[in-house]
Order: sequence, then C-alpha cells, then structure tokens
Amino acid sequence: MQNSRITLGHGSGGKLSHDLIESVFISQFWNDISARSDDSAVFSLGNDNGNIGDKQLAFTTDSYVVKPITWPGGDIGKLAVCGTVNDLAVVGATPLYLSAAFVIEEGLLLTTLTEVVKSMAETAAEANIKIVTGDTKVVERGSADGLFINTAGVGVIPSGLRISGDGAKVGDAIILSGSIGDHGIAVLSAREGLVFANELKSDVAPLNHMISAMLNSGSSIHVMRDPTRGGLATTLKEIAKQSKVAISISEEKIPVKQEVTAACEMLGYDPLHVANEGKLIACVAREDADKVLDIMRNSGYGQEATIIGEVLAESSAMVMMKTKIGGTRIVDMLVGEMLPRIC
Amino acid sequence: MKLVDEFRDSAIAKRLASKLQARKTAAVNLMEVCGTHTVAIFKHGIRQILPQSVKLISGPGCPVCVTPNNDIDNAITLVQDTSVILTTFGDMMKVPGTSSSFQYEKAAGADIRVVYSVLDALQMARDNPDRKVVFLGVGFETTTPTIAAAILEAQRLKLNNFFLFPAHKVVPPAMRALLSSDDVKIDGFICPGHVSAIIGSKPYEFIAKEYGIPCVIAGFEPLDIMLAIDMLLDQIASGKSQIEIQYRRAVSAEGNVVALGILNRVFEVTDAYWRGIGEIPGTGLKLRAEYRKFDAKDVFGIESGYDTEKESCQCGDILRGILDPPSCSFFGKACTPEHPVGPCMVSSEGSCAAWYLYQ
Repeated sequence: MQNSRITLGHGSGGKLSHDLIESVFISQFWNDISARSDDSAVFSLGNDNGNIGDKQLAFTTDSYVVKPITWPGGDIGKLAVCGTVNDLAVVGATPLYLSAAFVIEEGLLLTTLTEVVKSMAETAAEANIKIVTGDTKVVERGSADGLFINTAGVGVIPSGLRISGDGAKVGDAIILSGSIGDHGIAVLSAREGLVFANELKSDVAPLNHMISAMLNSGSSIHVMRDPTRGGLATTLKEIAKQSKVAISISEEKIPVKQEVTAACEMLGYDPLHVANEGKLIACVAREDADKVLDIMRNSGYGQEATIIGEVLAESSAMVMMKTKIGGTRIVDMLVGEMLPRIC
Repeated sequence: MKLVDEFRDSAIAKRLASKLQARKTAAVNLMEVCGTHTVAIFKHGIRQILPQSVKLISGPGCPVCVTPNNDIDNAITLVQDTSVILTTFGDMMKVPGTSSSFQYEKAAGADIRVVYSVLDALQMARDNPDRKVVFLGVGFETTTPTIAAAILEAQRLKLNNFFLFPAHKVVPPAMRALLSSDDVKIDGFICPGHVSAIIGSKPYEFIAKEYGIPCVIAGFEPLDIMLAIDMLLDQIASGKSQIEIQYRRAVSAEGNVVALGILNRVFEVTDAYWRGIGEIPGTGLKLRAEYRKFDAKDVFGIESGYDTEKESCQCGDILRGILDPPSCSFFGKACTPEHPVGPCMVSSEGSCAAWYLYQ
C-alpha cells in the first residue's frame, strides 16, 4: 500500500528516493551513460568534433523546491546555481553554462523574485559560469509554493580524467571539507523558527574553484561527491556500494557545529543525515592526502578540511564509524523523510 | 557548560570503559526501558565496550511503537472528514496502521500536519475556527503535562474546535507488568531520564522494594549511560536494590511538582492497550469528566485502541526483552524501516529499528 502513491519520503534523498529512481526511472531510462549513477552524466561528442576534441562533456540538472526561499547564509537562487555547479565539479568537470527555469506562483512579490535572480547572478559570477538560457512559467495560486527553480548545467572534463563514485581504492583517505549539517539545520530553523540555532548559517557555496585547484595539483583523487540531501551517511554509503568497498570513519574527526548538535539532539536527527550544500567528500590516495588537504584549506571553501576515515578492502559496502567513546556502529542511508520525534 | 560535549568526552569515556571492562561481573541482564536510551546505546556503540557478561536488553519504552494500530486506523477514519485537521508529532507519520499510514493518507489528500508541540495545534485551532483540529496525543509522562496545559488553555479560551485523541501511556505500571511475568530475568533497570524529570524517582520504589531489583535513572549522553551501568553493577555486586539518580541535572526525587499537578488535574488513569503486548491495567490516561468535551474519542464516537497485529510478528517478545531483534524471522527481510511489519521497527526509537540501523 505504501508504494501506490508518492510520499514526501520519496523526495528525501535517502533509501526511498533510491528505490523510486531504480524502480521507475532507471528501468525506463537505462542506457550506458545513465548507468553510472554519478552526480552528472558524462559523455563524449566524438573525436571528429573539432570544438570538443577528446574532452568529455558533463551534463546535469536539478530542481530546487526549498521552503522558505531565503534563510541565513543563502537563498533558493544561490542554491540553484551552487547545486548544479557542484554536481558538475565533482565529476571533474569545469562548469561552463547553466540554464535557469522558473515556476512562479501567482502573487509572488516582484521584489522577492528580483532578489533571488540577483543572487543567482552574483553566485554565477563567483563560480565563473554563465547562465545562458532560461524559461518562465506562472501557475495559479496554490499550484506551487512561491517559487521553484530548475537549473541544468554543462561542463568540460579534461581528457583522460575519470572521477566517479565507483573509483574508491583500498587505502584511500576520506577527506571531508568542513562541518556537516549546517545547511539542513539553518533552513529548518528558518522554516520552523527554532531559536536554538538562529546563529547558524547555511554552507551553500560553489565548490568548483577548490575542486579545480585539487585536480590541478596532479594528486590521485579517485572519488568526489557533495553530500547534499541524505547527508554524509547517505553519500558514503553510495560510494561504498558503487566502489564495492567498505568505509571506516571516526566520529571524533567529523566537525559538527554546536548549534547543529543541539538541534539534532532536540529533534532526534542524526547530523550524518542532515543536508549540506557547500561540502565535499573526496577519496584520495593516502600519499597525496596531505597535499590535497593543504589545497582545500587554502581555497577559501574548505578551511576545516580533515581526514575522517579510510577505504577498506571489503566488498560488503559497509560503512562503520568508530564512536567518540570507543565503540563502533553502522552508518546507513537515511530511510525516508527526516521527521522530528516525540520526546 | 554546553551539556552535550562534556558528556561525550572521549578521554573520560575511555577511562570509564576500562573500569567497566575490568569488572568481574556474573552474567547480568540490564534493561533500558526508554527508546531514546536504546538509540543512544546503539548510536554511541556502548554495547561493544561493555564486558561480555553484561547484556543490555531493550524494553517497551517507545510510545510510538506501542500505540495500537487500531488507534492509527481510527485517526485515519477521522481525518477523512474534510472539516478535520489531524495534527501529530513527526515520528507517527510513517507508522503503519492495519492498511495505511498518516504519511500515505496525507499524500492521498488528508489534512494531516506535523507539529513540534501541542501548542502549535492549539494555535491552529484558533487560526482555523471553521475547522476541527484534532491532536493525536501519543507519549509518556514526558509529553503529557504540556498536553494537559493545552487542554486547560483551550478551556480558558472556550475553544470548541480543539480536540485530543488520547493515546497516552504511563511507564511505572508497565514495568510492574513486565516484572510480573517470569519470561525474562532482569537484574537492573536503566530508567528513563525525561519521564523521570516529570515523575521523579519515587514511582519506581516498588521495583526495588517488592522485586529487589536495582534501578538507576539515567541521562541520554554516552557518559550518562555508562555511568548508570557502572552504578547498577555496583548495586548488584553489593547486593543492594535502590533507586539511584544518575541524571541529577534534570531529575529530583519528587519530580516536577507543577507539571504533575497539571497532569493530574486534567487526566486520570485508565487501562491501555500496548501494541505488541496487549492490555495493561492502569497504564493509560484519559481526560477527566470536566474536560471530556475535548476528547475526540467521545466527541466523534471512536472506540479505544486495540491491536490487529500479524500473529507471527514477534514484537511482543522483543518489547518485553525476551527476544533480541535478529531472532525474529521477519527482521531485516520482510520487516525493515522502509516497510515495517511490527511496532519495534516503526519508529526510529524502536528496538528493531535501532538494531537494524546501527548494529
């Protein structure tokens, strides 16, 4: 009975979303390119195309339906640019061009829309990409929630570079670029008026400059992912599954801001499941890890970058965490929608 | 003082872990009654740092899990009336009734809203005078005082469109019911911290006096729980049975007298059905006669909850600590957090869900 209608849980980015993608979309849309299940599709236009040469194109799209549309540290426009830029960057692409499509609810204040679009332009300038095409639709009051934005983006991957979720190698260091859960809790606080986290700012940021510096260092970077919906736990589990390895992380090494811890304790959430929009996870050959860490810390987008764990030689796709008190536990994907508990 | 980091200090934890591991303890079963403790124990990996002779068993203390599925069915029937707004705490959304859940009914068009507090539901009633706002009252003594306060406020405001669907339960008599059966040997209780912040330590005294079993009321951080286990093992080693409070920063012997006063003014004790266990006398709460006009079951003519669980589901034995979750043939196969079969898997604080997600 639970399967016959779409519930909010299907949009959580966790297990139910995965089930939906596999059972409904992949079964119909499966092809050699979609099969890789990375944040962007990667393909080549063929060597006979003079403009592209043997470079590969990365192509991705994402829709943004967040409520409220502004929050401390960001807004839906900044998010719509960063989300797509980051999905391109984590497969090793240099993001170039974005489209922007707006579904606007009748009655939205023009000043609100103008502010959001201005924020998109500023973020595009920061990321050094161009928004080159777009679309606008207005729907009746009640048919949308203020403003929905879709962006799609293309980027170019240098020849020979292949970064995919299936590339993690045994012994790789797992690097996290900074504190987790800031975005999810900042948006939640703004939406629900939670006073204990109102100092907290979302981490939404374009990561392409930092990633470009990492790649230019010639380091052996095997996997990059941005842990958005579903959080760090879901992304690590996806990497472990795609790469057919196990992952071990240490709770003590994972930076979590005090406001995020407090909100999670109050609501019964696990910070490992809370969304981020400006954080990177990278699986990097151990011998290059310190070099990559330095680059991330100096990039302006990863000051708190740190090694949180390593890739282990087991095909179980298990993610284990050593807890602060010295125990261990499984880390698994978020199941459905995150819901606050009773007590 | 941040009240979290201090209680997760890894250096202190490691010292305490060494102390626990060095103990020469005969085999003991310690039951954590509360679902929040269960999750904390798994999340922090506390089981692995205990000596093998100390077994932790999870008790029935997740109010979401023990809400009979018939209550969920009835609330779903109620909200088919388009004048009704059903409000509930978030963790009830996914819980399956006999053939549906709130999450699914919401997707199908029912007006079901998640609230963080009963006071949000009260405000919703004030903001929507032409709608009937029903709050599904699930929870133990931790949440009932605020619900009682909301009823008093509704009375003061003369609201005639705010109703409580009462499914509350109380903890100590359920512990007595657990002890009255010989199915499971319990050598010590880790008592719930939040419940005890309201009721204090006295309601547990019968456990020590009549059954000779030590109790420690514990907080929810890893050091709290480790210390409570250490205190229980001390009592067991010296043959004592007392009610001790580890969670002193929140719990006193008398409890929260003001909250208890409000609770008793509005509610009286009744019998209640526990999903997976059955009816336990004196473990429910109903509105007193003068507040019965706020009782959705009375106003809308709904019978009290009972259980229509699948017969082969072994949650009853798991809730009473007789079986570990993996011993159930459904566990991790037919029954997962995405598609729960029985009560222990429905809430993130259920013992099967915690075991499945973290162990």
